[in-house]
Amino acid sequence: MNTPAEVLVVGASAAGLATVEALRRRGYTDGVTLLGAETHPPYDRPPLSKQVLAGAWAPDRVRLRQEDALDALDVRVVLGDPAVSLDAGKRVVRTASGRLLRSDVVVLATGVRPRTFPGQDGLAGVHVLRTLDDCLALREDLRPGTRLVVVGDGVLGAEVAATARAAGHDVTLTGPQAAPLEAQLGPLVAGLLRRTHADNGVRLRLGRAVTGLVAREGRITGVALEGGEEIPAEVVLVALGSVPNTDWLAGSGLDLTGGVRCDSRCRAADGVYAVGDVAHWFHEGLGVGMRLENRTNATEQAGVVAQNILGADRPYTPVPYFWTDQFDARLQVHGLPPRDAEVTVEDGELGSRGFVAVYRREGRPVGVLGWNMPKQARRLRQRLLGPPPARTAPTAVDTGQPAVAPTSA
Amino acid sequence: MKVSVDEDKCCGAGSCVLAAPDVFDQRDEDGVVVLLNAEPPAELHDAVREAADVCPAAAITLRTAP
Repeated sequence: MNTPAEVLVVGASAAGLATVEALRRRGYTDGVTLLGAETHPPYDRPPLSKQVLAGAWAPDRVRLRQEDALDALDVRVVLGDPAVSLDAGKRVVRTASGRLLRSDVVVLATGVRPRTFPGQDGLAGVHVLRTLDDCLALREDLRPGTRLVVVGDGVLGAEVAATARAAGHDVTLTGPQAAPLEAQLGPLVAGLLRRTHADNGVRLRLGRAVTGLVAREGRITGVALEGGEEIPAEVVLVALGSVPNTDWLAGSGLDLTGGVRCDSRCRAADGVYAVGDVAHWFHEGLGVGMRLENRTNATEQAGVVAQNILGADRPYTPVPYFWTDQFDARLQVHGLPPRDAEVTVEDGELGSRGFVAVYRREGRPVGVLGWNMPKQARRLRQRLLGPPPARTAPTAVDTGQPAVAPTSA
Repeated sequence: MKVSVDEDKCCGAGSCVLAAPDVFDQRDEDGVVVLLNAEPPAELHDAVREAADVCPAAAITLRTAP
């Protein structure tokens, strides 16, 4: 493939920015446009549920690159103008303000938005957390002693519960699982996390789904649990997972089942790629199609997409990774451990302040977890789960070996 | 090239060590980044740029040496 004369990246968050940076790092000097729906310059989302919500960081500290670094990229940045349609064949994107942006390659990096309850929009006291503005609105609503109910026992819900509790609020964490992050950590380690929350004074109402929100005169008053019980609330965070932002691609001809469907090269169509939370691609190493919503995926996938735009033919085969900070626990999770994996502790002691656990399936390592032992976990990951996907010095030779052995599932 | 790191932002992923092990390491006790060489030689610049770009906490800043 010839090098494109113009690349348009739709989505100005971590994945979009990383794609631009990777293109430039690889010597691409032609035109690049970065189009964003939000008015803020590219910023980082993980601190929104931690340092920014806690008030420990000023909001502008999440900015991903300072002005001089963005200038050095020589990229045309268009903010506050969401894309509304794509002609995939002609690679023309239309924006809300009526711009028509033509390019040789389009990169779709429009991310996800929070899943919500029907009717929650406009209800006072109910929040989601995805954007910086969401974060500041939630922070504003959390006054001393506020009774917060978090709906959702995944990473975001558990992090917000921990941050708000550490700030002194009355916090209840609800969700259908027996313990927070059980799907990601398995029952053993998730049980330790549940204990951490309980020890720090979070009220846990786990194991029952929230069936709806209760409101009076346009303001939230509680959440209803399966079985009819109601938990009173002054503020509610709805953290029920996310939906890929693909509505604007309806009519583009792309397959949008579960995200922007891509091949193993993260290519959705000729000259159209997807990257980050929105991209559903085929992981050749694991032998399955998947979509990952984590911060590291945004940059690692961007590196591979940039190479493929410039003529490489690389499959994207990452070792999935995320971290989470909750109270005094910093967890690092490498790989995708299934719930029923065997867990062995290989450093430290389970339930102590720090340990490393290895998850195995049929004797083969499929995940490494560090609990306050990041370096030790990273070393085990290197030994057991293989190298990262994009060892991408321009001269690097791709061995074609999958980073993770295929699973039998 | 001058490299600086923000220990407060670092999440301990170790991505920088995977990308540029001659320039970055992690503290044993909490995994926070340790900068081994703030002015790495030219042959390491590509790896360091990659480390800065892939850092999931945006904790690495590069400046061109004057």
